[in-house]
Amino acid sequence: MTASAIEVRGLHKHYGQHEVLKGIDFHVDAGQVVCVIGPSGSGKSTLLRCVNRLEEPSAGEILIEGVDICDRRTDLDEMRSRIGMVFQQFNLFPHLSVLKNLTLAQRSVRGRAKEEAVEVARQNLAKVGLSEKESAYPAHLSGGQQQRVAIARALSMNPDMMLFDEPTSALDPELVGDVLAVMKELAREGMTMMVVTHEMGFAREVGDKLVFMDDGIVVEEGRPAEVLSHPQHERTRSFLSKVL
Amino acid sequence: MGVTRRQRALLVQTTLYVVLAAAVVALALVADWPVIRENFWNSGGIGWADGNWGDLITIGMVNTVKYTAIAFAGGLALGLVLALMRLSPVAPYRWLATAYVEFFRGLPALVVMIFMSTGLPIAFGWTPPGGTVGAGLIGLIMVAGAYMAETLRAGIQAVPKGQTEAARSLGMRPGATTVKVVLPQAFRIVIPPLTNEFVLLIKDTALLFLLGAAANERELTSVAKDFLTSGPSAGTATSLIQAALLYLAITLPLTQLVAWLERRQRKAVR
Repeated sequence: MTASAIEVRGLHKHYGQHEVLKGIDFHVDAGQVVCVIGPSGSGKSTLLRCVNRLEEPSAGEILIEGVDICDRRTDLDEMRSRIGMVFQQFNLFPHLSVLKNLTLAQRSVRGRAKEEAVEVARQNLAKVGLSEKESAYPAHLSGGQQQRVAIARALSMNPDMMLFDEPTSALDPELVGDVLAVMKELAREGMTMMVVTHEMGFAREVGDKLVFMDDGIVVEEGRPAEVLSHPQHERTRSFLSKVL
Repeated sequence: MGVTRRQRALLVQTTLYVVLAAAVVALALVADWPVIRENFWNSGGIGWADGNWGDLITIGMVNTVKYTAIAFAGGLALGLVLALMRLSPVAPYRWLATAYVEFFRGLPALVVMIFMSTGLPIAFGWTPPGGTVGAGLIGLIMVAGAYMAETLRAGIQAVPKGQTEAARSLGMRPGATTVKVVLPQAFRIVIPPLTNEFVLLIKDTALLFLLGAAANERELTSVAKDFLTSGPSAGTATSLIQAALLYLAITLPLTQLVAWLERRQRKAVR
């Protein structure tokens, strides 16, 4: 039996007295696109950020391709280099050109030679449709362009899976489409993706599984079309009625 | 009542200008110009070029700039180490750095400088490298490092947390993240305050005068002080006025530069 790409078991997370995640069991299989939805404060971003341990889990297990990332013997940096992450606020490095944004970690983490790193970077820039921007600085790009560069930056590490933390929430509405198009293309190529999002259309179209979270627990999960059209729980119904 | 508010404002403004003009005229009339020139702007009967300027510039000003550069570079290196220690996950490092910063920020630089140049040799029979000037500079570096540590720490903390998260999520190690992502951005943020620190150091090098130095090691204030009692303008305060002008020739452009950098930064943030 091959391990899930992401396997979360009994995950708890609390900040002081405040419990954000109250026992999450969750998994993403290789090649799957799993979308996580829920009201703000439901813990969905915290769950995503626990997967590469940007947040330290309080209790529970997180296995990435069968490897426990909370184990002290696990090389966390090596694991992270195989898990691409895209942030709501893009988090491009503002002091570096687009090309340098894409080559920095390749060279520092993967130890790639400059020529190789640049070639990988250019391939990924082409993929997100921004080849002509390689010498621009992030401040000169629109939000949508910045997010596509951020996706290209993550892809340049040749990750096994990608985490998206509300990738379109900080974008002007007319720029959302370009970013979603890139993500759809990735899904079509078979990339394993975990996407925290409010884009129900995206979830329905490309998602293999939809997970609805509320108040720190997984309320309901299933085929996106199923969950969106026939939600089983009252909380899911009430949330969907507000966003759809 | 024909006085409008506008007329009243005009009246007040005119009065203010008249008072100012009267004060200036009175001062000019009362001042004893020959005495002022005699004491504060006296070339000693020889040409200015042959007088004080030579030593003031080629020895004093050159050494002042050199000492400032040394103290700044040393203070920056020390400050960077202290700032990183203050932000270290290892608690004892934080305690040490905090104690150091609080201790040396609370002392007059002069006390530390005298301690390094005089106190240490008395206590241990050991003189820091570079003689008296070297010892004084080390004292200056120790104090400047404490101030710059706080500036750098603020700069590092001003870099958004998302930057570290992005770098770490790509698998970059903490050290590489600091050096390649955080510090380049932090330095950009602290360029204006660091330039200010540089201006402060220029003035602090004058404290070296109190420690004494060989003739060609003197900084600007020492050279000016010696010209109070020797050279063509001896017996007048002329050399101090000259030194003041030379200090301003260095500091004014720098303070203008800081103002410009701050304006530019405010624009860039938008």
